Parts: sequence; structure tokens; C-alpha cells
Amino acid sequence: MSSIGTGYDLSASQFSPDGRVFQVEYAVKAVENSGTVIALRGKDGVVFAVEKLVTSKLYEPGANRRIFTIDQHVGMGVCGLIADARQIVDIARREAANYKSQFGVKIPIKFLNDRVSMYMHAYTLYSAVRPYGCSVVLGSYDPEDGSSLYMIDPSGVSYGYYGCAIGKAKQSAKTEIEKLKLTNMNTKELVKEAARIIYLVHDELKDKNFELELSWVSKDTNGLHERVPEHVFLEAEKSAKQAMEADSDSDTEDM
Amino acid sequence: MSLAMNAPIASYDNMCSHDWIDAPHSTGTSIMAVEFDGGVVIGADSRSTTGAYIANRYADKLTKITDHIYCCRSGSSADTQAIVDVVVYNLNFHATELGEAPLVESGAAVCKELCYNYRDSLMAGLIVAGWDRKKGGQVYSIPIGGMCVRQPVSIGGSGSTYVYGYVDANYKPGMTQNESVEFVKNSLALAMARDGSSGGVIRIGIITEKGIERHIFEGDSIPKFYEG
Amino acid sequence: MFSNNIVENSYDPFQMYKKKPETASPFNFVERSKAPVTTGTSVVAVCFKNGVIIAGDTLGSYGSLARFRNCPRIIKVNDNIILGAGGDYGDFQYVKDLIEQKVIDEQCLDDGFSLKPKSLYCWLTRIMYNRRSKFDPFWNNFVVGGLQDGVPFLGTVDKLGTAYCDKIVCTGYGAYIAIPLLRDAFEKNPNPTEQEARDLVVKCMEVLFYRDARSFPKFQLAVITKEGVSIEGPLDIKQNWEVAYVTQN
Repeated sequence: MSSIGTGYDLSASQFSPDGRVFQVEYAVKAVENSGTVIALRGKDGVVFAVEKLVTSKLYEPGANRRIFTIDQHVGMGVCGLIADARQIVDIARREAANYKSQFGVKIPIKFLNDRVSMYMHAYTLYSAVRPYGCSVVLGSYDPEDGSSLYMIDPSGVSYGYYGCAIGKAKQSAKTEIEKLKLTNMNTKELVKEAARIIYLVHDELKDKNFELELSWVSKDTNGLHERVPEHVFLEAEKSAKQAMEADSDSDTEDM
Repeated sequence: MSLAMNAPIASYDNMCSHDWIDAPHSTGTSIMAVEFDGGVVIGADSRSTTGAYIANRYADKLTKITDHIYCCRSGSSADTQAIVDVVVYNLNFHATELGEAPLVESGAAVCKELCYNYRDSLMAGLIVAGWDRKKGGQVYSIPIGGMCVRQPVSIGGSGSTYVYGYVDANYKPGMTQNESVEFVKNSLALAMARDGSSGGVIRIGIITEKGIERHIFEGDSIPKFYEG
Repeated sequence: MFSNNIVENSYDPFQMYKKKPETASPFNFVERSKAPVTTGTSVVAVCFKNGVIIAGDTLGSYGSLARFRNCPRIIKVNDNIILGAGGDYGDFQYVKDLIEQKVIDEQCLDDGFSLKPKSLYCWLTRIMYNRRSKFDPFWNNFVVGGLQDGVPFLGTVDKLGTAYCDKIVCTGYGAYIAIPLLRDAFEKNPNPTEQEARDLVVKCMEVLFYRDARSFPKFQLAVITKEGVSIEGPLDIKQNWEVAYVTQN
């Protein structure tokens, strides 16, 4: 990288002469090395899917989850350094609990997103700290306001999305997501698509093993964020694998 | 400290002495709020007393928290004003942070938090009422002690004790805006007639999506009932 | 110069500016401050063969004024705990909020475990004892019911932190009126079925309505079994006033 050796990349509190903050850009790199996380926002809910890379066969299954519940109605998928991400999860949970105790109602996700974004941004301003090496996706469903989805990157910038992808295979995942008519889809359909996309973008040559994580928050779950039930998970995983096989079959035909 | 709300039987001493010197300024009061489809009607008398002396005959006990949330105050004037000041500050800040009008439920929660945490030193009975886009018209009662419950109709203050029967007998779920206004007027008129610490004019507020519409009823426009 | 006491017992023009001695009064709020304001009355609870029932009426009394008639005070904590409360309703709401956040924190961990009745009961004894030790107690009686690893559990904590478990737990007037009725019934039938237990509790609520001047003829009834939690209500108390005809002069 051109910045190396220039000395402008050593601190988050210093700009480079062309107006960049290299520490933040390196943090984005950390996110791009991580397993893919996608979130899809349909007409009545949000679905999260994570490609959790398993780097050793000695790990217990289900360890180091990458989807978290923030409050009953909010889910968060994380990408990047898991230890950094857990801190963000903790902050988000505190914000949610604090809001409820102060204002007597569940936190609006728009507000939660603002708060967490501000928090992450604060870590891009000082020389004594480094930016968070993670991106997070926040999703929620509200009976009045419908479903909403936000993604925050290490710079503290966030946008609302209909569908988003971060991590290793974000490009190919985004291409897949763009093919979907998200606003017409219900969460049952979204779960299958999400699982399919994760299986599709997984690079078997570089990363051998991975665990699929699926969760949703929707009208059907009464606005609660939860892991998808086992039978839904197995079905989604099965159809994802079938889609992969069909895909590879057609590939060989082409040849 | 003797407050009309909590000392229902005035002693001879209380009536003849110069209690206006050292009695606390209180809104010995009749207040009321009713939910209807599309909003709420709030109402209050206008009498504010120090002991038996009417310190203010035009008091306004319907106090704005936000454009769509109002508070009916009873108890100590000083305490309730101080509470409302804090709540107004908090809710305005909250509204700017949120980028939209706060929910009535949140207004009530902030009031409750103060009333509960400082219940040992406050003398305040509030009714928080208003309209929001999520739940429409809502009424929350926050009596002394700092609990908080939503009620379709709520009455408060010293005068309310005289009209519980009237309110129970005449409240009908699903009343229209005009029926609700008449109901509040009648209830308050009866309360003011029997409660020495309530009186003056009837102030009414109708809170809907459009904001508040305020009315005053005085003299002949206050409903009359049996006076024998 | 202006002595205002020239003659004993004469008119004192400055009298009005002098502070009158404080008189003790039940309405003095500084004195009354640490007493309950809006209150719920008894809670009745029993264990049966494979579960627990808790019942309580829905009245929030304001002194003797039946002010709030729709105050639910039996709540579902999670799939294996129900909680009933009597005493100050503001304190109850405060503790309820604490518990609800506790349950959410637990759900967030997402480790497949959830709060168990004995844990909540133990935690309640600590917060109650802690507050009474600050001379600022939560003015409540709590009744915790649930299934601890499939076995019915029933315990209670009062405002002093005094706590015990039993197959029969009643607070408030229930301790005087419902407990004897329930003990009598349990002596005859130590392991009632759900229906038998339910009938007993309903009977107790009826008698309590007759004899407790702070009671109300609408109540909630929560049942917890391994099938889950159900909170019914508000149910009406069936009343019987036949004796009135007999006692007529």
C-alpha cells in the first residue's frame, strides 16, 4: 500500500495529506478478511445469515457466534474481529436497556443505530485508541414502522438498507442480493435465499469449513429476534446445498 | 404541611388562622382526562390555594410537555411545576435526538421516574395525556407514590373523590370527542361544587393529531346541578 | 421597641409570622413517606401435583378508595416462572422492570438456559433484605411460583427479606383467612390435581372477597405446568349472599 512508510497511518487522530485516515481504512480491511455476513429486509421482517469460518476441527460447534440479540426486537450480525464486535454488542445492549428504563418503551432501531454509530465513530478520533475492526448489521421489525435494516462500518458511517453484505465475499453476495425482489418477499422465502447465498459465496478452496448461522426478526415471530427454528434451518440448508449441486451440474454441462 | 388534597376535614384552627402565611401553595384540585378515538380530552379547575386562601383563581393546571403531550397537575404547585420543567427539558432533548415527536408512553415514563425516585419528598399527582401516531389518544395516571397505569378515563386531585361515582356511572367506552368534552365538564363541575379546594373556571384541552384546542368555561357556561 | 408580649395573653400582631409547632398527622408526608401508597392486597398460591397456581385480585387501593381496578399483579417472568405481588404498586412496577430486564439479559446470552424459580426467589430475598437494611424497604410481598427442573416450586419474600418455601403460600389477609382453609384441604388431600387446586384457590379468593375490605371481585389466576404458563383473567368472583335472608329480622 502506498501509505506504508509515509508515517500518516500510525494514528487514528491524524489525516494523511490527501485527507484520509489510514487507521480506519485498515480497520475496514480487517472486516474484509472475515466470513461473509448478509442481511435481507423483506416486507414483514429481516433475516440474518452468517458464514462463520471454522479454522480448526478442534473447536466445539456453535462457539463464537456472530449473530447476537441486542434487545428482544433487535438482532445484530457482526463481521470482522469478533472480540471488537462483542464490545459493540455490549454497548448496543446497554443503549437498548437504558432507553427502555428511561422512556418506558423499546428502543427505536433508528435511534439505536445513531447511538452505536456515534460510539464507533468516537474511536476514529483519538490517537490513544484504534478504530473498531468490525462492521455490524442491525435489524428489527416493528408492527407500526415495518422492518428496518442498518449497517455500520468501522468509520462510524451507517446507512439503511434493503439488503446488505459485508465480509470476504461481499461483492458476489451483493450481486446475488440485487437479483432478489426483496420488498415482495416474506421471511420464509428470505431465509432460503440467505442460506443459498451464503453457500454460494463460500470459497471452499480458501476456507474449508464453515458453519451457517441464521436468525430472523419478523411479524411471524411477533417482532422478536430469534434463531430460526431447527426445522426451518435444516430445510434452508438442504435447499441451499441442492441449489449448489444443481449449479455445479449446470457448470459441468457448460463445459 | 397541610394540603387540601390530603386533609379532607378542615379544622376550626385551619379555617380561622392565617394559614395563607405558611401553608404551602397547592393545587388542591379537580383534574380529569378521557381517551376517545383520535385523541384525548383533558380538563381542570383553575383554583390554587394556600390553606383556605385562593392564591390564584385563574391557575392553569393543564401544562404543556410537548405539542401533543400535556400534564394535568395536582398536589403541591411547586413540586408539580418543578417536575414538569424537568420533564419538558428531557422530552424536548429526546425529541430532537429522536427526530420525531415523543410517545405519550415515554412522557409518562419520564414523569413516573421522577415521581417514583423522589416519592419521599414530592407531593404530586399527575395525569399525563396526549396523542401519538402509534397508540393514538392515551391517558396515564401517576398518583403519589410514583406508580403509572394507563386508564381510559382518569380523575385526580382532592375534588375527584367526590365524583368517582358520577364518573363510573357515566363513562361509556367509545364516546365521541364532543361526548367526552361534556362528560369532563359535568364531572369537573360536580367536583368543583363539592370541593372547597377546587373552583373557578373549567379549562378544557382537546388533544388530537392536529395538536391542542383549548376552551374555557366560566360562570353560566359551567353545568349546574342540584344545589340544595 | 416593639415588644409583642407586653401583657400576657394579649393580641400578638406577629403571631401569624411565627411557625406553629409541627403536629403529628397521618397526612404528614415526611412521616408517611416510607409507607405504601397505591396497594394490592392478598396473593394466594398453592402447589399441586405437577404445577403451581397463583391468584390475586386486580385492585390498586388508594387508602380505602378502590382507585385503580385494573392493576394486574400476577406476571409471567419466563416459561418456567410466574410471580405474584402485593403491597405498593409503584415498588412492584419498579421490581418488575428490573426482573424483565434481567430476563432480557438472559435471553441475549442465548446459551439455552433461562432463569429458574429458585434463582429468582433467592435474588428477590437479596434485594428485599438489602433495601430493608437501608431502612427503605420495597413495600411488597412477592410470591414466586414455577417449575424447578420439573418439580413444582413455591416461595415468598416479604418487605423485610423474610422468606420461606411451602406448598401453600398466602400473603396479606390471605395469610389469616386463606391459609387455614388451604391447610384443612391439604390435610384431607395432600396432592391435589390441577382442577382440585384451582377450585381451592377460587374458593379462597371468594372468601377473601367477603372478609377483606381491600379486595375486589375480579382476579387473575396464573397456572404453571410443564405445558407452560397461562394467566387467565380478569375472572369474576362468584358470590353467595344467601345467608342474608336467614339473618333478616
